[in-house]
This record gives sequence, structure tokens and C-alpha cells, in this order.
Amino acid sequence: MLTEKRYLVLEDGTVYEGYRFGSDRTAEGELVFNTAMTGAQEIITDLSYTDQIITFSYPLIGNTGVNTEDSETLVPSARGVVVREACSEPSNFRASESLDSFLRRHNIPGISGVDTRSITRKIRNKGVMKAVMTDEENHEELVELLQNSSFRTDQVKRVSTRAPYISSGPGKRVILIDYGKKENIVRSLNTFGCDVTVVPHDTTAEDILRMKPDGVMLSNGPGNPEDVGSGIRTVKNLIGRVPLFGICLGHQLIGLACGAKTFKMKFGHRGSNQPVINHRTGRVEITSQNHGFAIDADSLQSTGLEITHTALNDRTVEGIRHVKHPVFSVQHHPEASAGPHDSEYLFGEFVKMMETKKEANNA
Amino acid sequence: MPKRTDIQTIMVIGSGPIIIGQAAEFDYAGTQACLALREEGYRVILVNSNPATIMTDKEIADVVYIEPLTTDFLSRIIRKEQPDALLPTLGGQVGLNMAVELDRLGVLEENSVELLGTKLDSIKQAEDRDLFRTLMNQMEIPVPESDIINTIEQAYDFAGKVGYPFIVRPAFTMGGTGGGICYNEDDLREIVANGLKYSPVSQCLVEKSIAGFKEIEYEVMRDSNDNAIVVCNMENIDPVGIHTGDSIVVAPTQTLTDKENQMLRDVSLDVIRELGIEGGCNVQLALDPHSFDYYIIEVNPRVSRSSALASKATGYPIAKLAAKIAVGLTLDEMINPVTETSYAAFEPSIDYVVSKIPRFPFDKFAKGERKLGTQMKATGEVMAIGRTYEESLLKAIRSLEYGVHHLGLPNGDEFELDYIIRMIEAQSDERLFYIGEALRRGVSMEEIHEWTRIDMFFLRKFQHIIDIEHELKENNGSVPHLKWAKEYGFSDRVIAHRWSIEKSEVFSMRRKNGIMPVYKMVDTCAAEFESATPYFYGTYELENESVRSDRKKILVLGSGPIRIGQGVEFDYATVHAVWAIQEAGYEAIIVNNNPETVSTDFSISDKLYFEPLTHEDVMNIIEHEQPEGVVVQFGGQTAINLADKLEEDGVKILGTTLDDLDRAENRKRFEQLLHDINVPQPLGKTATNEEEALGNAEYIGYPVLVRPSYVLGGRAMEIVYNEAELKNYMRDAVKASPEHPVLIDRYLTGKEIEVDAISDGEKVIIPGIMEHIERAGVHSGDSIAVYPPVTLSDSEIDTLREYTERLALGLNTVGLINIQFVLSDGEIYVLEVNPRASRTVPFMSKITEIPMANLAMKAILGVKLEETGFQPGLAPFREGYHVKAPVFSFSKLKNVDITLGPEMKSTGEVMGKDMSLNKALFKGLVASGLEVKDHGTVLFTVADKDKEEAVELARRLSQCGYRLMATEGTGRVLKEHGISFITVDKVGAGQTSLLRAIQSGSVQIVVNTMTKGKQVERDGFRIRRESVENGIPCLTSLDTARTLVEVIESMTFNMEKM
Repeated sequence: MLTEKRYLVLEDGTVYEGYRFGSDRTAEGELVFNTAMTGAQEIITDLSYTDQIITFSYPLIGNTGVNTEDSETLVPSARGVVVREACSEPSNFRASESLDSFLRRHNIPGISGVDTRSITRKIRNKGVMKAVMTDEENHEELVELLQNSSFRTDQVKRVSTRAPYISSGPGKRVILIDYGKKENIVRSLNTFGCDVTVVPHDTTAEDILRMKPDGVMLSNGPGNPEDVGSGIRTVKNLIGRVPLFGICLGHQLIGLACGAKTFKMKFGHRGSNQPVINHRTGRVEITSQNHGFAIDADSLQSTGLEITHTALNDRTVEGIRHVKHPVFSVQHHPEASAGPHDSEYLFGEFVKMMETKKEANNA
Repeated sequence: MPKRTDIQTIMVIGSGPIIIGQAAEFDYAGTQACLALREEGYRVILVNSNPATIMTDKEIADVVYIEPLTTDFLSRIIRKEQPDALLPTLGGQVGLNMAVELDRLGVLEENSVELLGTKLDSIKQAEDRDLFRTLMNQMEIPVPESDIINTIEQAYDFAGKVGYPFIVRPAFTMGGTGGGICYNEDDLREIVANGLKYSPVSQCLVEKSIAGFKEIEYEVMRDSNDNAIVVCNMENIDPVGIHTGDSIVVAPTQTLTDKENQMLRDVSLDVIRELGIEGGCNVQLALDPHSFDYYIIEVNPRVSRSSALASKATGYPIAKLAAKIAVGLTLDEMINPVTETSYAAFEPSIDYVVSKIPRFPFDKFAKGERKLGTQMKATGEVMAIGRTYEESLLKAIRSLEYGVHHLGLPNGDEFELDYIIRMIEAQSDERLFYIGEALRRGVSMEEIHEWTRIDMFFLRKFQHIIDIEHELKENNGSVPHLKWAKEYGFSDRVIAHRWSIEKSEVFSMRRKNGIMPVYKMVDTCAAEFESATPYFYGTYELENESVRSDRKKILVLGSGPIRIGQGVEFDYATVHAVWAIQEAGYEAIIVNNNPETVSTDFSISDKLYFEPLTHEDVMNIIEHEQPEGVVVQFGGQTAINLADKLEEDGVKILGTTLDDLDRAENRKRFEQLLHDINVPQPLGKTATNEEEALGNAEYIGYPVLVRPSYVLGGRAMEIVYNEAELKNYMRDAVKASPEHPVLIDRYLTGKEIEVDAISDGEKVIIPGIMEHIERAGVHSGDSIAVYPPVTLSDSEIDTLREYTERLALGLNTVGLINIQFVLSDGEIYVLEVNPRASRTVPFMSKITEIPMANLAMKAILGVKLEETGFQPGLAPFREGYHVKAPVFSFSKLKNVDITLGPEMKSTGEVMGKDMSLNKALFKGLVASGLEVKDHGTVLFTVADKDKEEAVELARRLSQCGYRLMATEGTGRVLKEHGISFITVDKVGAGQTSLLRAIQSGSVQIVVNTMTKGKQVERDGFRIRRESVENGIPCLTSLDTARTLVEVIESMTFNMEKM
């Protein structure tokens, strides 16, 4: 029987009592929920969760442990993990350690034994909120601290690569601007034959164009897109000069660069079962999503952008493209991981777009 | 895409009687489909032979035909009704096979009937092993090395090529009928021969065994716009090798990483896209536990048992949406009926763990072969939901009503460890419980893994349950440990046992410390969207979501898993009771644990609690909901068994009181009642020990009918002819029911009569009287019943009416009552009275159009029957004849004796109706699967006491043009009467033996009656099993045989020379 208590304290004063696992440090972050039933390792290692505490709505987490192949980054930056039950002895042929050991190694605290459905319902009703995980028993001060604290705005800077590096491939040369990319974006581009150079988030348009890319990929990343000023500038300067493909934060940056607006959603979309309508095919794609901000559809007027994908349930913007230039982006994750592969074809479309552009240039 | 407007009338084919491999899930699917089609404005014509279903109610379809599911009858209905379209994918394998046949015969084309949903070519491609394998090869999807065979020789070739073991799967059969695993040449000969026989196209797939791989299922849907989604994935705890219907299943998968999950999801969706499925589909895959290697096992291009489970596990109504897809609607334009705020085109995400455990019939068939394999043996299943795996498993176990309450056996300490290990290795249906016993004795999980290949994840969970037991024992009375054990699904009963205190003490301790369950919603989306579903499960956590309304409410207890003696008819009664409660203005709350049924569709009641039907779990709900009362009389023995304890806890049991129920069941009180109201019964006495029993039997005179009191479906009931037999019986029976005495009655060989009635305590409505074809002694559930009675005189009918009224009023019945009578030597005796819903409620309700369950429920709520518009007394007999015929699943249960007797053995029933008795009987027999031909060969081998009677039948058959075959003894009598026949040797006597005759197919019907005596009993058993295994009807009652002869005579032209 577990006995070591830990608390999850919310800014509205609610305290959930549970048990310790992972690191023992006290950690503060934005409390969000994810409804995926598999892929906890991929989710925890997704840098878009920087400074966030992830509540898993599925109750049994860590059954398959952590392996050496499925992480989306080497150094995860999520603030904490909230589960109903953390499996201490994983069972999967690739498992190399338990979730508990993995979180300890990365200094991320976890809390188990809490009613995660009740937390999910709270966030659904009241929106995402700040929270702290602590072993302290006195919480009043913490609540006050939470209420008066403000979020950092430098997440992208903290998680982006410091220096460029290459993941080579035989085909199109793609510059991937790293705002906190998931490793599977690199893998997916490689799978489609691309030769990928990952560059830091603040690389300028000129520096990028000097590398003579066939296309530029704008990665996903954490935080509010409006805080990523350098990114917006770079994108502005790249549009029309090179094919662009944006994912998640990259998608929002394209929107902002073209003059659209973004807004913070009540509780975002986080899960592996999000339906998106592709307006060109009229078909629904089940997508992996992880975003707390979205592009305001009304703000797209006279930006040169048009909507290509829409979230089926709340009709938020899920994909856009530029009517004149080879630029497109999606809010969801075609690289999946965790999640379904329904949108993987977008990488193919990106390659095709680069080919078309190259042919046009040559002609 | 909008729905089709070019079609107006759609025909739906149901799945026929309940048999192993095809249970209530198709009543659920069919009912949903019909309602969904009507919701879209189509006119629905439904055909099904099973009267015990909700789907055959007039409220469900616009036109209902209860007719045999054969191409002959379906063609007639099609020609008469001229439907625009046929929807074949919601009636199980039977419905699908019928559609394929109707198409092949050109009936669909001739009548311009379009097939809706998945196209026939796709169905064939999915179902025909050869076509499927070719397609998989084209798509480069791995399938286990396999071959299609049509002869035994080809199987030998295959074994030579890939070696043993290999699996045999007959084409176009359900529930793996006739399949198995061959480990050696002997197996090959037996299993392959069987498989070829059961396949309607004499085709089997033989495939390399991949036993030990994980078995994973994906329930998928696709629409005409190519939107394709996964509704749910499921993991079989038992690795490949045990039929998925017999496996313990968990949803969602527990031991797959996202990479493995997405890989298999991609494959599943690729396959249904390539096949062009439009609707629901089930994909079964095998995954290597040590690599990413996988194989696709099979695809079922229709709704199935698994899709019913997936629907109940997630809340996502697959059948309903599949029906709408069939008329052209697409997933992205349909609202998710669960959330009502999101769309149907999404993949449900669940935030709980679901366990399914199959329910086996071996409590009835103690001698049946219990080793599980590729042939499904379970009759039903239970499902349970929890927030921990342990909780869902333990809740499922205690839902089984199988004599187990926890991860172990009640008498677990009595077994030797060797025996326990043997039972685990033998893959018996009870392996889970033996694993619990082994762990309890310190056998390591690694060893068990070696024997069973069950994933270590699950074994660790089992071990965890045992660990909790140990810690409970060491911490007697500890509140934190109590809370902990409850979070992992332990029942009060188990905790009380560990602490050596009373269950009620655990309950008070819980109440004092606020350790009460909360109820959480099943909402398809893990709480991401606000939902309106009134579908809940209990767990021990923080937040409760089930808000008690301020309306007056009635709680209805369902009937649990489908088993022999308690089939879909009790779900029928339950659902009608719920509707009646709603009509009367109350809130209707239902508690049930069977995922196959209509009653556990959340749209039926005002609130559904998917919970075990145990005293504790039900009391928790009652504490929470505070209903006006609880209704127990519609949920079979399951609900009745709970009544006592609920009443002790101060719960109001509505309807006939428990005291009156006891007066019907307690022998002494019942005798008193009969004496008071002057209704005769066969001479009988009770006995509590062997000596008393022998004395009583002597007094009454042999043969006597013996049975323990308080039983269901005639369990352990026997006709005993002498002292020795009685001695044997007393040893078994007293063990079968130690708390209750044994009843010993004079066995009257007369005509058995059954009456159902409804009473409000003052007036009695008798919808009708049924006469049984088989004489008393054959369980009423296994008898052919005829309405209206054909051999009874007016005065006898009047006496029956009179007795029924006296009994109903004498027992102060409020609600339903079922009475069995016997007519012997012109005298009517009462055999048994059950003041509650019976098996025949749906049959009689449909024939007489008197809604029995509805009226009974209204009476229970205080409505006077006279206010309902239905006349008290015996209703005038309806025109025509209606026959209820039993259906058995013997071919799926090895070693089970098929002889009919006082113990019920059938799994389902069908109805035949027509204007003449013989036509109705013909339909009943045909619908039950008996082929009635005007010629053929009948083999007679009957007991001495039956020989004279058999002669008459033999003569009549001979006159109809049948050839006769007989064994020496029976033959001698035939010869004496100058009837010509072919002699066959008794069992085991070489080429001319009767077994060979049965195997070679030269016999079409076997008539065999039971003879007492060891050797003859064994011979008889072999004859009967041989018939079953060769698909030849074997009649064990001369009454059934006589009926068949009469039907054959009625369809035979007279051939006399001039």
C-alpha cells in the first residue's frame, strides 16, 4: 500500500491528495489534461508541454514503461505528471525503465492515486489553471503564491536547440526551425526522404535562405505564439521565398505573420482522438493534438490565408494555406507520436510542394 | 452525405435463436438498427424466428415476421412485401449467410431488392478464407502460413509442410463451430473431418498456430465517404489459441505502446478501406510479445459480439450508427448520441478499465469438456467497469453468478497444488480462479507465465490482488487498508472473510468512515465534453457524477449473463418493465452487467448502472438513489436471489411479497396453500437426508421425481426409478444445495401444461394456455409447446383457468405468475408455481397481444388490471397455431449428454406459426434447425419400455417412404410387427456398426431413448454424441419423434397401388 503523500494544489484552492512518484521536488505549472490511452512516454517528452503539469485522463499510466526509442526529446520539460495509477513494473519487450525511474532521472515529480477524471472535469468547466505539486502539508500560502504568480514567456528559448545540426537524407533539403520540436517531425521528414537541418528558434530568414533550402518546416513548441516575436519576423520574411510547412506553434506563427490573431482556448485540445475535417477531401481525419492556443477564424480575412482543415467538434481552425504562396500549416500533429497516422500524408504534400516550387524555379 | 431518399422500405434479418456463439448481442444490434432506421423515416420489415427478443416487438419495426430463417421463408416474405432494400449485417452470421444465399438464388435481383451496407463482394472477400488471404497478400499484410483445404488429404499435405500444431477454422461458421487445434495426426483426422462437415461450403482454413501471441481486436467503422475510425481496441488476456468469445478481455489494450497500437490501427483501417466496409467491422490481430511482428487473424464484416461489447465499453452505439451509415449518412454529419455536443466521427477515449469474462454452461454440464480452444463454449458474458484493472476484474468475477466471488474458488484450500497446476495448464474455463489459488500458495508469476503465456502485466495485477489479501489479514480492522482494498475492487464479503467478521460489519465500518462508492459517467470522451448520458459505473474515488433527481423512482434488477435456464427472455421482460415504469410516470433505473443486452443500452432506461448484481453493489445504488422500491420479478433467478437480503436491509420489494414467493417455493407452506384452495398436486414429500428420502420414495412409489428446492432451470432434477438410483442422487443433490431440503414427488407420465397469468391481487388475466408435446419429465424449457392447447377438453381448460385463478389469488400475486400442470388419467395436478416472469412471457405476449410484462409492472405500481382495458379471465384463444421449439447448442459442447430430462439443456427457442397445427410444427422444427424431408433413413435404437410405442412410429415413417434402420433389440420388435428394416450392429462392432452409419451420412434422423445400465448408457451416449457431432438430429423423446412423424405425414402424398 502506498503511504507517501503528495498534494496537487490548484490556484482555485482545490487540493488533491495522492501519492508520490517521480522526482520529489515541488513544481509549479499550468495544469492541463490529455485523453490519450497510449503514448504517455511520447506525451511527457513532448516539449510543447514545457512548464505544464499533465493530467492523464486514462487511469493506468506507465504499463509499457519507458523505452529508448519513443521519446520526443532527450530532456523533457513538462513540470509534472498526474495519474490515477502509475505502473511500477512495466511489461513490454522494449521497456527499459519504469515511468517512476524515468521521471526521477529528469527531475519531474508525479502524483498518483488522484481522481483524474474529476480534475479533467474541473479543467473542462473552469479552464486550464495554475497548480503546484508538493509534499508540504500546508497549502494556503501556496494557493496565494499561485494566484499571484504569472507565467513565464521564454519557453521556446529554453527548449530550442542551441546550435544547428543535421539529420541527413537523400532528398529535399529542409530547414526545420526548432521551437521545441518533436523528434518524430525529424523522423517523418527523413522517412519522406528529406535531408533535415535543425536550426535554433531565432535563426533569421536570411541565414536560412543562405542554406539554400527546398523548404522550411516550422516546428511545434510550447507557450503563447505571441511571445515568439523573432519567429513571427522570420516567418514573415520567408513567406513567398521558400515553401513553408508549419505544425502547431509553427502553424500559429504563420497565422500571426500574415496578420491573423491567435487566442487562448479554455482548455485546449490534447489527445489522440481529435476529429478534423479536411475540406479538400471532405473526409474526417483522426488526429493527435496538443494545443492551448488557436488561430481566430474571423481574423483570417484579408490575410491571404484560407482554411483547409477545421476541428469537427468546436469548429476551430485546424489547417490553413496561403492562396498565393507555397505555405501551409496545421494545428494538429501529422507526425503523430502519440496518436494516429491519418495526417501523415501532409509530409508528402510538403515534399510535392517543394518539388513543384523547384520545377517552377528551374523553368 | 444526406440519407437515401430513393428507398422507403428496408428489410432487416435477425439472427434467430440464442445458441453458443450467437447470443443476445444481436437482439441489441437489431433493435438499435430498426429504431435507427425508423428514426430516419424508413419503413422497417423485420424477420426473426426468435420470439424472446425485443426486436420482434411491434414497437420496434413497422412489420414483424416471426418465421424460420431459411431462404424459402425469406423469399416468400420478400415476394410478399417487396422491400426496396435489405440490411444484412446486423443479424449476426445467420443474417449474413441468408443474404448471401438469397443473392445467390437470384431472389434479390428478381424482386429488385438492394443490399445496404457493406457490399456482398466485400463480405465474401472478408469471409472466404482464400479470397481474404489473397487480398492480404496483395496488401502485404502478414497472415499466418495457411492453406485452404477441402479434403483430409490436403490437411495431411499442409501438416507435412508447416508441421504441428496448426489451427482448423471452417469457413462460414459462427463461434468457430467445428474448429480446433491439431497437435498430432489423431487430432488432424478428427478435427478436420468435423470442420469440413460443419462448413456449409465444405471448406476449412488450416493455419500455422501462433499460440502465445497477444490477441488484439479493433472495432472499426467506415462510411460511404471513406471516413474510418476505431471505436475501441481490446486485448485478450488469454493469448491466441482460445476463442475470443471464451477469452477474458480488457478494453482498452493495456500492454501496447502507442507505436504498436498505431501500427495495428493502421492495418485495421487499411483493411476495412480496401474491403470497402460500410458500417461496423471487427478486426482480430495477433501480436508477437517480443517484437513488432504481427498477423491479421480475421475480419468480421458485420456487427458482432465484440461490437456489442465495444459499444457498452465506450458508450458508442455501433449498431445504431452502422444502420444509419447503411442508408447513406456519414459519420461527420451525425451527432455523437452520447455527448450530444460532439460528432460521431471521432474515436472514443475512455478513462476507466473494462473487463469482460465469459459465462460458461459447465455448472449445468458438469461432464462437459472444459478445455478451451478455438470452438467457443460460453453462453454469455459479463462486463464490469472500474478505475483500476483489479476493480474491473473483481467486479466482473462477482457478476458471473458462477459460484465464485473473488480471484479464487470457494473451496480453493481443498485442492492439491498439483491439481491446481494441472487445471491451469489444461486451459480450463476456470483457469483464472486456479491461477489465483496458485498465487495464493506462492507459485511464482514467472511459472504461471510459462504455462499460460498470459502477459506479466496481468499476472502482476492478479498477484497484487493476492498481496492485498495478505495485507488485509495482517492489518485487521485498519480503515486505510479497507479503503485501499475497496479501491481495488474487493467486495465487503471478501474483506469480511479476511477479517473473520460479518459482511454487515464491514459495511457499517465503511459507512462510518465515508468509504462509499461514487458513480462516474460513461461518456465516450473521458470527460472532455459535457455529456448527457445517464450511464454510470461505481468506483471508490473522490467525485460522484450521478445526481439523484427529485422524481419518484423504481429500481429494476436485470438478469445478468445469458446462461442455460436464463436467456434473453428475461431481458425482454426487464426492458418492458422499464417502459411500463416510465409510462406510469416514474423514473426507471436499471442495474445489470450483461453487455450483450438491450437493457444495458443507455437509451432504454432513465438511468443505467452497469454494476454487478450482488447484494452489496445493489445496496450501494439503493443508498444512493433512494428508490420507492425494487422490482425483482423480471430479472430471473438473479434478481430473485437478491430479494431476501434487500428486504432484510429495509428495501421495499415491489409486487408479490417475498413471503408469498416463499409460500410458492417452500414445500410445506405450498402444500398448505394447495390444501386451502383445493388444488391437487402429485403425492410428494420432502427429505433432508438419505434415509428420509428412501422412506418417502417407498411410500410414494417409484418412479419419483427428485429435486432440490430453490433451483433454476430444473438443475439437479431427476426421475429416479429405484432405490439404488435414489441413493446416488441424494449424495449429489445434497451437495448441490445443502441449505435446502430435497423434494420427492410422484412422477406422473402425463400431458404437461403451462399457464402464464397476471394478477393485481384481485383479478387475474390469463393470456393463454400452452400444451407441451413432450410428456412431463422433460423440462418445460426443452419441450415443444403449442398454443392453443389441442387435446384438452373444454372442461379441462375450465379447470385450468379455475386453478390458475385460485393459485394466483391464493398467493396474493401482484405481477406475473407461471404455473406448470400435468394432466394424468383425466386429473389435473399442479407441478410447480413461479410467481414471477417466466421464459414464455415474450412468446405469449406476442401471440396474444396482451403485453404481459407491461401489465404486470403496472399492477405492481398499483394500477388495477380492469383499468388497463384488458379483460380478466382466460382470454379467448387466438386463431391459428403457435409452436415454441427449443434450440440446443450441443455441437459446441463436447461430452455433454443430449438426452432430454428434467434438467434444462436448451440455449434458445424459436416460434413457428401457421393456420394448421402441422404447418406450425413444421415451421417450428425447421426454424430450430431440423431439416424436415419427405424421405430418408431413420435409425431406431430405443429402450425396452419404449419399443411398442416406437413400432407405431416406425410403421408410419415406413409408409411415408422412409427407410428404417435398427439395432438388434429394437429390430426384433419391428420384425415381430412385420416392418422391414436394415439391421445395424451395436456400437463398436466394425464396418456395419451404427456409428459408422451415422458418420457416413447414410442416416438422416436418429431416435434414441435412454436405457438404464452402465454399458447401454455408455453406448447410448456415444450414439447421441456421434449424431450431434455429425450434425444429424437425434430425438431422445418419442413425443418429439411422433410430432415429427405427424409433420412428415402431413406433407406426404398418399401412394397406394391401384
